[in-house]
Amino acid sequence: MTPGGTSGAPGVVVVTGVGRYLGAHVAARLAADPRIERVIGVDAPDSGIEFTDLLDRVERIRVDSGSLGGLLADLDVDAVVHLALVTSPDPQHGGRSAMKDQNVIGSMQMLAACQRAPRLRKLVVRSSTAAYGVSFRDPAVFTEETEPREVPRGGFGRDILDLEGYVRGFRRRRSDVTATVLRFAPFIGSTADTTLTRYFSQPFVPTVFGRDPRLQFLHFDDALEVLYRSIVEDHPGTYNVAGPGVLSLSQAIRRAGRVAVPVLEPGLSGAAALARTMGFGRYGLDQVDLFVHGRVVDTSRLEQEYGFTPRSTAEAFEDFIRAHHGGVVVTRDQLAAAEQLVLDGIRQVRSAVRERSS
Amino acid sequence: MSGPEERRDPQSVGRFDVPQQVPAPDAEPARRNGHRPAAQAAPTPTEPPASSAPPASMPADEVDAGLPGGTEPAVSDRPGDHWDRKVANGLAFLRRRLSGDYEVDEFGFDSELTDAVFHPLLRLLYRDWFRTEVSGVEHVPVDGPALVVGNHSGTVALDALILSAALHDKHPAHRYLRLLGADLVFRMPVVSELARKTGGTVACNPDAERLLGGGDLVGVFPEGFKGIGKLYADRYKLQRFGRGGFVSAALRTGTPIVPVAIVGGEEIYPMLADMKPLARLLKLPYFPVTPTFPLLGPLGMVPLPSKWLIEFCPPIPTAHLTDSADDPLVVFNLADQVRETIQQTLHTLLERRPDPFGP
Repeated sequence: MTPGGTSGAPGVVVVTGVGRYLGAHVAARLAADPRIERVIGVDAPDSGIEFTDLLDRVERIRVDSGSLGGLLADLDVDAVVHLALVTSPDPQHGGRSAMKDQNVIGSMQMLAACQRAPRLRKLVVRSSTAAYGVSFRDPAVFTEETEPREVPRGGFGRDILDLEGYVRGFRRRRSDVTATVLRFAPFIGSTADTTLTRYFSQPFVPTVFGRDPRLQFLHFDDALEVLYRSIVEDHPGTYNVAGPGVLSLSQAIRRAGRVAVPVLEPGLSGAAALARTMGFGRYGLDQVDLFVHGRVVDTSRLEQEYGFTPRSTAEAFEDFIRAHHGGVVVTRDQLAAAEQLVLDGIRQVRSAVRERSS
Repeated sequence: MSGPEERRDPQSVGRFDVPQQVPAPDAEPARRNGHRPAAQAAPTPTEPPASSAPPASMPADEVDAGLPGGTEPAVSDRPGDHWDRKVANGLAFLRRRLSGDYEVDEFGFDSELTDAVFHPLLRLLYRDWFRTEVSGVEHVPVDGPALVVGNHSGTVALDALILSAALHDKHPAHRYLRLLGADLVFRMPVVSELARKTGGTVACNPDAERLLGGGDLVGVFPEGFKGIGKLYADRYKLQRFGRGGFVSAALRTGTPIVPVAIVGGEEIYPMLADMKPLARLLKLPYFPVTPTFPLLGPLGMVPLPSKWLIEFCPPIPTAHLTDSADDPLVVFNLADQVRETIQQTLHTLLERRPDPFGP
């Protein structure tokens, strides 16, 4: 038997999805905490060898998600952090069907394994604000109680709805386990590489014509902090995790010094579908829907329960801009200089005219 | 800011190198322009509801200046160059817009854009085109939440925009009216973003209660499409008030209800007929035929210059009924009371305005 963790911190923690950016950082953060005895990173057998320097204190196990059940019981696991989610289909790794395998089937098997782990006390599941779906009748700000009105068109949104359904079932069956579901806004930050950061890194950014969605971002470091606190402290329930405040898409593009290229919505949906079938591009209907409807969540429950406020959406975005100034088309200084130039020009012309008339 | 320039002019008449000297002393106010939004932006992220309050006090002196974003309020004691200030402000505004240096609240409301672009346009419309007279503004609270409930009319929901602009200009605290719109508005591209940027949001209870809870002034038209899509023959006859969702939102937050009667909206696009098959084809609630609309094409979109009267009625308190928000009897009674108040005020206003197109 492993000696149990003290003061709320669990002894043995299993982190799934350590082959990816978020999972690797969470596992490293947990491994650095002396209160936690063992951190075990679980990953698919065919995953790469990235982040090995980050994970030197993490035991890595490459295992098929089907054989997780025995593993969790054998290891006397106290807590599980489920982060193995794929947000957009990756054509190099099987596309949408592999994504669904991982998000839905993988999560089901994970939860089934958790259900059979006798010592399990804590489960932390990564979800997304995509759980609110998209509809024109949606309220402007989602609280945790808001029910989705329509099933989203995008694959990721549907996967998230399925996943949360399975977690609800797990909660019913294992009421002794502290289950935390974290609905994350899209991640952004100086180092993270996500669909959205790639999108905003382009010099010319496609947008949906006539739509200026309200967006929220979450700084990657804040996501890490919230995940870490969910493990070492007890926070049962579902929480929205996002940077307070709102940026509209046009505003974000302007702040980043990029140029927006409005595209008609049916065209963009069609292009997204075409790109998917032809196996290139990672923009799906999830992104198109986000850029039509926008998504803003209320984070007051998180702030109350965790005593932690993530940095605001604008600050998180500012941090991203600082790191990705490569593709800037128009800078703030250029605009200020242009303003001064025009103003001076007008003043010179006017004073010249005044002189001539007097 | 053009003070130094004025003083310099007499001594520099006829000297060719003068224009080159002008930019140096004048560079300072332009830079100050750039600093203002940053200083203003600092307190806003911490407390989003407060963001609508500080700019609210500014437009008072900008109504005559034309362009917002004025650098200093002490304009009157400086007999400066009016046009120079306008140009500098306009350019600073343009630069702020292009660099994304502005704040948007969680509903998408952009107070700077509303003040600078939408309200000046609406001001032309309500003041010069419709000659709107507003009375009873003292019934709208100076601070804290209130639910403004009005009659809807006019084929196009222009009355809501006119009401929000007129209220903002006439109210001593220059409050913004946050309108609740049908989901059809938010389905349409461009229109949906205009609605959000001017402070509107979808008419649903969570949004209404969130706005009222934040101390905002919320405007709602419970008749919805039944109100704006009625025929000219039915003008100023209030339609059904639906389920009274607006009343329960007010009850749950203990917010006073301010009924408002708007006269004049019915004559701007007098709807003679409704082409229902065409409306069904276009998935619209109605397709209007006005004396000018399909006939003159785009020219038919020009509203007829009717005379408008807007009267705010005394507020109906609801703080004592907070527990009965789910009681249908209380809700319907209150909705009826609001409806009756608006209908009676409409009749008195109509008596005051014998000629719909009078001065």
